[in-house]
Parts: sequence; C-alpha cells; structure tokens
Amino acid sequence: MKKVNKIRMRETIVSYCFLAPVLVFFIMFVLAPMIMGLVTSFFNYTMTDFTFVGIDNYVRMFTDEIFLRSLKNTLIIVIGSVPVVVIFSLFVASQTYEKNVFTRSFFRCVFFLPVVTGSVAVTVVWKWIYDPLSGILNYILKAGNMIDRNISWLGDEKYALWAIIVILLTTSVGQPIILYIAALGNVDTSLMEAARVDGANEFQVFWKIKWPGLLPTTLYIVVITTINSFQCFALIQLLTSGGPNYATSTIMYYLYEKAFKLSEYGYANTMGVFLAVLIGLISFAQFKILGDDVEY
Amino acid sequence: MKKKTTPFGIFTIVLLSILTILFVFPFYWIMTGAFKAQPATIVIPPQWWPAAPTMENFEKLLIQNPAGRWLFNSIFIALATMLLVCLTSSLAGYVLAKKRFYGQKILFSIFIAAMALPKQVVLVPLVRIVNFMGIHDTLSAVILPLVGWPFGVFLMKQFSENIPGELLESAKIDGCGEIRTFASIAFPIVKPGFAALAIFTFINTWNDYFMQLVMLSSRNNLTVSLGVATMQAEMATNYGLIMAGAALAAVPIVAVFLIFQKSFTQGITMGAVKG
Repeated sequence: MKKVNKIRMRETIVSYCFLAPVLVFFIMFVLAPMIMGLVTSFFNYTMTDFTFVGIDNYVRMFTDEIFLRSLKNTLIIVIGSVPVVVIFSLFVASQTYEKNVFTRSFFRCVFFLPVVTGSVAVTVVWKWIYDPLSGILNYILKAGNMIDRNISWLGDEKYALWAIIVILLTTSVGQPIILYIAALGNVDTSLMEAARVDGANEFQVFWKIKWPGLLPTTLYIVVITTINSFQCFALIQLLTSGGPNYATSTIMYYLYEKAFKLSEYGYANTMGVFLAVLIGLISFAQFKILGDDVEY
Repeated sequence: MKKKTTPFGIFTIVLLSILTILFVFPFYWIMTGAFKAQPATIVIPPQWWPAAPTMENFEKLLIQNPAGRWLFNSIFIALATMLLVCLTSSLAGYVLAKKRFYGQKILFSIFIAAMALPKQVVLVPLVRIVNFMGIHDTLSAVILPLVGWPFGVFLMKQFSENIPGELLESAKIDGCGEIRTFASIAFPIVKPGFAALAIFTFINTWNDYFMQLVMLSSRNNLTVSLGVATMQAEMATNYGLIMAGAALAAVPIVAVFLIFQKSFTQGITMGAVKG
C-alpha cells in the first residue's frame, strides 16, 4: 500500500511539472479573471468608485430596459439560428458525404469559406451588400421585382436583427457540416444495406439507423452553436453598434458598451456572470433533454 | 451503386448550387471590390467584374495606413499563440491521458467547464490583469490570454489516448527518463494531433477580432482585421479601400486553410466531445 502511494506521489509530481506551463496561463488569464469578475459583480465599480453594493447590480440588470431588450435579441438570435444550423448542415452533409473525395472537399471549402475569411472581412462586405443605395441586395431584389423601393436593411428595426442572423448563419454552418460528414462516415453501412434488403425506404433508413448514430454529434453541434450565437459580437459592433434604438443590441454588445464606452465595470461584470450562468444552464439542459437517448 | 435522378435529386442539386453561390459570393465581392475605384463601387447597376481594374486601393492601404505593419502583427500574434498553445497543450494532454495522479479528475473537469465559457464574460478583469502586468497595447496582451484557453489541452488529451501504455512501460524499464519518454515516444505518436491543433489555433487566433479589439489601440499595433474595422469606422463608404483591406485580412488565412485543410478538419472532428 505504501509502495503504491509512493509511486502515485511520484507520478503526481511529474504530472504537475508537465502541467505547470498550462496551469500558469490558465490561472492567470482564465481562473483569476473569472473569480475577479464574480466578486466585482457585487460592487459599484467605475473609474472613481469601488464600493460593495450586494446584489444591487443584479436587481438593476433585471429592471434595465435596454438589458432586457438585449437579452430578448440574444435569445431571438439563438432560437433563430440553432435549428436552422442543425437542419442545414445535416442536409448538406448527407447530400455530400457519399460523394467522391474531390466533391466532398469542394463543399467543405465552400461552406467553410465564410468562417475562415474572418468575422471582420465578412462583416464589411455584407455591410456593402446591404447598403441601401449602392448595395447589391437591393439592386437584385428590385431587378427581380421583389421590392419596389430601396430597403435600409440595417437601419430599419424591422429587418436589422434578421439581416444580422443571416450573416451569422453563413459563418456558423462550416464546423457542423464537417462534424456531420465525419459522423455519417462512421455509421455502420452493413446495417443500412441489411435494412434496404429488408425493404426499408430511404426515409426509414435515415430515421431508424442514421439518426440515432448522429445524436451525440447533433448534441455537440447544438451546444457549440448555442454558445457561439450567444457570443455574436463583431457583426453587431461593426454593422449597427446595437442600433437602431437598441434593436440589434445583444448582451455581449451591451456588456462591451458598458465596460469600454461607459466604464461601468461592476455592472458589466454582472452581465458577464449572468451570461456565463445562462450558457451553463442552457448547455446543461440540452445535455439532459437531448442526452437521454444518446448512447456513449 | 445505382443512380436515378429523382425529383428530390434535382431539387438537391439546384439547392446546393444556389447555396454555393451564396456562400462564395461575399468572398468574390471582396476580391473584385478591392480592384474597383471608389466611383465604380457605388454605381447602379453594380459592376459584376471591375470594368477598369485599379491598384489604387492597395496603394492607399499601404501608404496612408501602416497595413504592412498590421500584416506583420497578425502573423506574429497567430504564430506565437500557435507555438505556445501547442507546446503547453501537448505536455498537459499527455499526462492527463497517460498518467494517474492526485487531482486529475477535478482538474480535467475544471478545464472542460472553462472551455464552454466565452472569454468575453471575463473581459473586464482580463483587461485589468493585462494592465497590471504593464503589457496593455502590446502584442503580448493578445497572445498570452489566448494561451490560457484549455481547448488545446482537451484536443491533445484525445490524441494522447492513442499512445499504447506498453510502449511507455517498456521505455521506463529501459531507464528512459520522463522527458525523453515524452519527446521520443509519445510525441511522434501525437504528431498528427499537434499539426491539427497548430493549424486550428493559427486560424482562430488570426480571426479573433474581439481579443484584438479590447487589447490593442495604437495605430501601429493593430492587426489587419482590427485595422480594417478601424478604417471602416473612419471612412465607411469608401468600399473599394475597405475591400482591399478585407482582402489583405482574408487571403493569407484562406490560403493557409486550403493548404492545411486535412489537418484542420481532423482537429475539428477530434475536438468534438464524444463522451
């Protein structure tokens, strides 16, 4: 027994030596800020002030109309994008995974292009596409007689958030498609052949054989897409700055505005804590709901 | 395999073609827009192809703005982050997969939990720490915090699971030290993972606009992305110039992606939580 402990102790020392570099960075730049953020969310913390206020910031948050509007927008973005991403990427993946290597890698590149191009480059070109006067979208829609006057896609409260969701979608499907192609490649083909021989149609083959095998991947995709949608920031900062009239403000953007434009650090941290807890809860719930049928 | 063209098959082909155009068009519009003079960017009907291609946007970009410097900063940040992430993660992933030590489970759980946490939520304290260290508005302020994010550790742990335990045992019996065991036995086996992580980190860091935005401010310290964003704020409607900047930000990274596509894809697939 003593011998075992001694070996384990030695292993522990060696392991922590290997872990030391990561731990230094992790503690300094992830763990410490997390704790500081949590603590300062209970303070009135600005350029000039640092006093303990208990849960005042949290109370203020839920009575702050702009925050509530940002929360609503954030949820619209998440609910609007997650199902579309899943269905879209599953469709593309299932139509391409059986094709030859060239076709597969062609489509992978096509749908990954907006991700790799980078949020800033993608955003500035969409800003031009959406431009009410010189944008190509208004031109095409008018030429196709779908609209009769120029629409200010980003300046009109009716359209702005949806215009942003469309861009977000083009930058969100690349990774799920790759994951689905990989997962579909792992589905047991002999099982599908057997089902086909027994007279199952393609729909049944998909629903009864492929889909259960895809559940873990789907769960992962739902979780990462949710997290990414919550973080949607560059698009909003560069396209609308949360406007018009906070119609496109999200929690992430509002947090940034409070922290960097208005120096309300404590309040910004409160929103950060709220966002982290919200993301944690939603990921957990998704694991519970979707995870029930998942076999690991 | 038998092929029949069903109505659904035709529908699929049409839909995939439309989607392909939609997804490639923004990139096409950047690349052609970069060669249009300003008047050509606002004419209606739009020019599908630059009628009079010009280099003036790139000249303005490089002469009126320190775009060469921005490019250097972007490359430096992405390379340095990539190296540090790969080194620290492969060491940590190796012991998490192959050693049994005290605190292992809890440490790994903390890493997983932190992975889901968006770095934006710790933004304010992070900037404070960087200020405290006196590295605000330097390239280190972007690089160092990104190294702390534990995704790489997770990925390298997944790859390290493939190292056969017997191999490590026999190395030990032969009197091979810990560091040598890692370097000459474990590392060659996890090399594909190392490559995948490297390329993944490079691309993500290049495009990590948020971190650059909050950490960098002087004009010479900007990255290409941040420089383009700043230019857009200053002269929103000079689309030709902005597109030239966007091209400068996008082309290098798209090239990197195309060259290392295979490793990159592998990184994404292996990084997925498989339970």
